[in-house]
Amino acid sequence: MNMEKEQLASLEAKAKEIRFELLKMFGTGKHHHFGGSFSCVEIMTALYFYKMNISLEDRASPVRDRFIMSKGHSVPTQYVILALLGFFPAEKLKTIKQLGSILQGHPDINKTPGIEAPTGSLGQGLSYGNGIALAGRLDGNDFNVYVVMGDGELQEGQVWEAAMTTSHYRLNNLRVIVDLNEYQSQGSVEESLSIEPLAEKWRSFGWHAVRIDGHDMEKICRTLNDMDNRETPCVIIAETVKGKGITCLEGSFKGHNYAMTQEEYRSAYEELAPSAGEIE
Amino acid sequence: MSKEATRDRYGKVLLQLAREDRNVIAMDCDLGRSTRSFQITEVDESRFLEMGISEQDMISTAAGMAHEGKIVFANTFAVFGTGRCFDQIRQQLSLARLNVKVCGSSAGLTQGPDGATHQAVIDVSLMRSLPNMVVIVPADGPQTEAAVREAYEHQGPVYLRLSRYDCENVFEEGYPHDIYKAVELREGKDAAIIVCGVILGHALEAARILAEKGISAGVINIPVVKPLDREAVMKAAMKYSVLVVVEEHSIYGGLGSAVAEVVAEMDGANRAIVAREGIKDSFGESGLADDLLKKHELDAVGIAEKVIRNIRQGEAD
Repeated sequence: MNMEKEQLASLEAKAKEIRFELLKMFGTGKHHHFGGSFSCVEIMTALYFYKMNISLEDRASPVRDRFIMSKGHSVPTQYVILALLGFFPAEKLKTIKQLGSILQGHPDINKTPGIEAPTGSLGQGLSYGNGIALAGRLDGNDFNVYVVMGDGELQEGQVWEAAMTTSHYRLNNLRVIVDLNEYQSQGSVEESLSIEPLAEKWRSFGWHAVRIDGHDMEKICRTLNDMDNRETPCVIIAETVKGKGITCLEGSFKGHNYAMTQEEYRSAYEELAPSAGEIE
Repeated sequence: MSKEATRDRYGKVLLQLAREDRNVIAMDCDLGRSTRSFQITEVDESRFLEMGISEQDMISTAAGMAHEGKIVFANTFAVFGTGRCFDQIRQQLSLARLNVKVCGSSAGLTQGPDGATHQAVIDVSLMRSLPNMVVIVPADGPQTEAAVREAYEHQGPVYLRLSRYDCENVFEEGYPHDIYKAVELREGKDAAIIVCGVILGHALEAARILAEKGISAGVINIPVVKPLDREAVMKAAMKYSVLVVVEEHSIYGGLGSAVAEVVAEMDGANRAIVAREGIKDSFGESGLADDLLKKHELDAVGIAEKVIRNIRQGEAD
């Protein structure tokens, strides 16, 4: 399937907009999870603006698709998207992690409209997604469940308990996207505790696994479509760059949880701003 | 009086609830025939989910189902169901306030021969520390029925402590009391035994033994450890000079601690001394349930001796 060029261009523009909004939300001098939030922008854009059937109007529909940010520390990207979709006013974005904010440091289903999965402590999102899929099956509701996970997160043993459950119960409407940005909090995943060979691991657990460029919007969309109507649960291993879009943080664990200096912010702003102008 | 294990009544009530409400689901970690959760398959096999030996996955999966409107009873032995998956319960049930009922079976020393590894003696303490969690420790069959029904009715997470011990049915069928209220089963003058769980029958027997020795001991049963019936505790602390709290659980964090916390915060000087009696900062071991209760002085004779000791201690002070 070839995507319309216009649609692709619009998705890519949306990804740029999300990165710029993320940067402004984070600002300077406060620690935020830059690395993982910026690495999953294309994945999240493709899910929310191309693939998933989720909207403000149909937020209570029993057949809406369900999204789970299993790597909960990357929820800022989801916050930006939910604001763009009108789930809450965009002005709220700047309140992230402040006392009394609806935008907690990690996802809270009771505080934030549009957040449906309590995560943060890692490794619990896939099990939760399985539960949603199982409930949907019992109720005869047809929808897909999308779970975004981190590569470091895959070190949690519960992930593999859950991977067994997904394939045992043939939850073929569940898809995992691994944001393989190669770094965790204290260093590279490979050096911390290797998760490779990753595709083979998932396949041996009964999953269909493909490895793609996680910043190639067209490829992500095509792969998501390819996962429809398969006979097994599917995982996309999306190779990404941690901190993608902010040169000084790219490809390092430095930006995992980081407070930007004024200088860094100014240069990132120039990189991400749609046009030259006054810095907000 | 008839005898019954609370797990048996639990299985029967779960089956009834499943017949009444199609959203009632049971999950288990390879212990469904022991926990009695497997009974739900009599309604429909699809209402029972075998999760394999993976407690963490079970709780998080249950949370996902609860988010979709299912009322999930998540079952395994109490020791695993509270300890192995504590973080999942903390993040996805307690913090998220999702409607899952954690049913800890074969709790306490009365688990018996399997020994310390399988005997939950800090489960109430763990669950009581979690915000939004209702913690119920039923004492017999009729009270279990009321507890399971309340767990079903309550919107939010509940911990139900269940047992394989063949305990005395103390209450009448239909359990006429509010499950959240303490019940004073016997009035006394010298001391009150405050008790939860399947040793209630032993506590009542202890009061009869004490009466023969000329000591008048009341017996107060508190089935819900959280939220605690504070009014009843404060009333008892004013009425009696000694409160002996007995439970088949560590003296740290269970009913004894809950009662002591309330009494310690009371105004005035005339309040009772609180003695926490249970498992004294140790683990259990292999043995028959009754032998273990005897060793830890949680049988009738042992409880009576505890009361006598604490009355003497109170007089000495």
